[in-house]
Amino acid sequence: MAKTRFVDRLPVLHQLRQSVGLQRGMLVAGLVLTALFLLCAILAPWIAPYGFAQLSDADGNFGAQQPPSAQHWLGTTVGGYDVLSRVIWGAQTALYVVVVAVILSVFLGILLGLLSGYLGGWVDRVLVVVADAIYAFPTLLLAIVVAIAISGGQSGLWPGVFAAAISITVVFIPQYFRVVRAEVVRVKSEAFIESAKVIGASTGRIMFRHVLRNATRTLPLVVTLNASEAISTLAALGFLGFGIEPTAAAEWGYDLNKSISDVAAGIWWTAIPPGVAIVLTVLGVTLIGESLNDLADPRLRARRRAVRTPAEAVAASQPTAREELGEVQ
Amino acid sequence: MTSLSAADRAVDIRGLDVTFATDSGDVHAVRDVSLHVNRGEVLAIVGESGSGKSVTARSILGLLPETATAEGAVVLDGVDVVAIGREKLREVRGTKAAMIFQEPSTALNPVFTVGWQLAEGLRAHRRISRKAARAKAVEMLGRVGIPDPETRVDHYPHQFSGGQKQRIVIAMALALEPTVILADEPTTALDVTVQAEILDLLRRLRDEFGTAIVLITHNMGVVADLADRVAVMLDGEVVETAPVAELFAHPQHEYTRRLLAAVPRLEIVDRMPPAGVEGEAVVVADRLTIEYPGRLGTPPFRAVDGVSFRIGPGEVLGLVGESGSGKTTIGRAIAGLAPVSAGSLRVLGTEMNGVKERQFRKFRKDLGFVFQDPATSFNPLLTVAECVAEPLIVHGEARSASDARAKVDELLEAVQLPKAFGDRFPHELSGGQRQRASLARALALDPKLLIADEPTSALDVSVQARVLELFGELQERYGFATLFITHDLAVVDILAHRVVVLHRGTIAEEGRTADVLGAPTDPYTQRLIVSLPVPDPELQAVRRAEWQRTR
Repeated sequence: MAKTRFVDRLPVLHQLRQSVGLQRGMLVAGLVLTALFLLCAILAPWIAPYGFAQLSDADGNFGAQQPPSAQHWLGTTVGGYDVLSRVIWGAQTALYVVVVAVILSVFLGILLGLLSGYLGGWVDRVLVVVADAIYAFPTLLLAIVVAIAISGGQSGLWPGVFAAAISITVVFIPQYFRVVRAEVVRVKSEAFIESAKVIGASTGRIMFRHVLRNATRTLPLVVTLNASEAISTLAALGFLGFGIEPTAAAEWGYDLNKSISDVAAGIWWTAIPPGVAIVLTVLGVTLIGESLNDLADPRLRARRRAVRTPAEAVAASQPTAREELGEVQ
Repeated sequence: MTSLSAADRAVDIRGLDVTFATDSGDVHAVRDVSLHVNRGEVLAIVGESGSGKSVTARSILGLLPETATAEGAVVLDGVDVVAIGREKLREVRGTKAAMIFQEPSTALNPVFTVGWQLAEGLRAHRRISRKAARAKAVEMLGRVGIPDPETRVDHYPHQFSGGQKQRIVIAMALALEPTVILADEPTTALDVTVQAEILDLLRRLRDEFGTAIVLITHNMGVVADLADRVAVMLDGEVVETAPVAELFAHPQHEYTRRLLAAVPRLEIVDRMPPAGVEGEAVVVADRLTIEYPGRLGTPPFRAVDGVSFRIGPGEVLGLVGESGSGKTTIGRAIAGLAPVSAGSLRVLGTEMNGVKERQFRKFRKDLGFVFQDPATSFNPLLTVAECVAEPLIVHGEARSASDARAKVDELLEAVQLPKAFGDRFPHELSGGQRQRASLARALALDPKLLIADEPTSALDVSVQARVLELFGELQERYGFATLFITHDLAVVDILAHRVVVLHRGTIAEEGRTADVLGAPTDPYTQRLIVSLPVPDPELQAVRRAEWQRTR
């Protein structure tokens, strides 16, 4: 049995090699958009022409609502900031929030789902009721309440990022909780769990060694889908004025909010760039998530048709030696 | 059969090649297969899993998945199925060829009455009034031996037993009087007593309606009972085709000989119980009763009802019964996986009625368990070595999997697996190899008691024979007591010192293997034994006559 090459076992690369046709196109588009987003976020200090809170340079103030020009490729906002710089820096803020939100909700969600699904009983019942109650809340309202409670009105970069991330976390934990719990309940009844019980393994060992890793198959998909939702929730919070102050960090939702009046005045350059940035980032991450979802399911995965070149036909008609297949007689 | 003209052939397969596109490249599942089935003839296609027997048969109905490409010709009653389009294929299905599936409970739609489902097939092909379709459905049900068809036609699938469901599936296949019926393992999911009745029904179809039947099976007893001609497949090729009597008497191909030799037969060997069997018993059940709680308002379901038996040290006890007899429940109760409701069950000196897992845990190292399906009883994310090391780690004999590796290698060697297999993942092993690894895991701590729950029923015959042989060797070498749970009397005959026959939660008969299988006194045991088809056409004909008498 040949060892699979290292590149084939990396999560996303493996799927990329596996995909064909439209599915491959979707995945590649998603990867390109997401790579663009990540590059902007990481390289923001170097590629952004100005700082996110910069109002003036050596030539003096930028001026408000300036149309695109050689100095300001996408013009300036009503507050006098450079639009292009804020769009690029906004990627960084979005990335912070996504990373913090996903890490927090993944760990808590998995732990609670595992406990609830495996132990069952009253722990399970209480947690499911709480998760359902959170589900019943409008997510944005919940996020707003949590954001206010955490930030307490003040909003620097990290308090703002954490406020947004934690409010998103609260909304997402029930999702991870449910996915993991459902998987745990399924895995729990598998024969290999029973065989671990018969061996005499302790409950903790069964939960973490045998159940956990088998219950997290679908998580990468949920993570990508939630990451895109986290970006839109952050934008919505910023748009509604519960996000981060412009002096603390650049934030797409906040910029959109400030450009509402510009739209009516025929000033297009303040609203469209952050809007496009949100759409493309969400689209990119969602495309990856959807493609991974399709590729993970053998019934949805497209395959190349069986092609028959003469050489292959000959190779195929030679019976494979049984020893080669690892058969021990 | 060359003297028969082409018109007498119900199906004529010529040079069929089927290729599947998979993630790991193309798989050539069927290679240049040529077969024919005459009208009114039963052709059995035998072979092990992966031999291409199902794919060949399904190509007759054009029932191949989208990833498959077929080449060659499959002429079904004058129509080449490979060449025709979708719409034509739909016309052919049902009228010229129909199919009987392995699992009758999933082949029927649970939300419609059986009468509706029978009529559905009729109305798909003919303009027929609702009333006439219903009358036809009643007639078909009567023909396949469903009692009281006028009322039963309005019942739903769950209101029928497994055997009756298979009869209904046969009625559906028969409704449009097809030239050929494909039966894909039609009796594998059924108990032996029911199997005998379904085989009898299929034989009547052939004799009374002249329907050709393509029977796909791995059970040589079924072949001997029903088939006229047999085609043996290996790795996608037909290696031998012969009339049934000739195949069993003078197998030509080496693989056929090997296959026939591997089939377990009832030989009724009197096995002496091992020395020391009278010592302190490993398991004692005294009026053991196990109930599963019913839903609110319904009484609990009693799976095991007042069963008493004993397993002495080093003794192999065969626990035989059909589905629903409570045999698996008893095994699970001994392993502490099902609670005891009443009576007493002492395992390794511990009373299991009301036992706490914490008290029993320290005795678990003396207890091994081999599960039915080797595919699911291994954690798919751990290597075989890690899985086998698990009991050693849990009971503190090793700190980690690498620490236990020497012992694991020794165990793998004992079950005749190469050491290198320890680094593979369970899915990289074949069924028989996995079941051997499972045996290695069960024996890791040198247990006093081994519970084997249908350990070979998911395996091919030749693999089963090797696993059973290995099992016998290990049992003699290590001398552990065994509870061997199975539905297959021939398997019990190979291994057990004593046999307990269970019937609906109670013991029908108990005693030495030779006594119970050779001279059964209980009518249920007698029926069980005569229902078992033997892999010998002549002998089976005699036994069939005997079975007809006991009905």
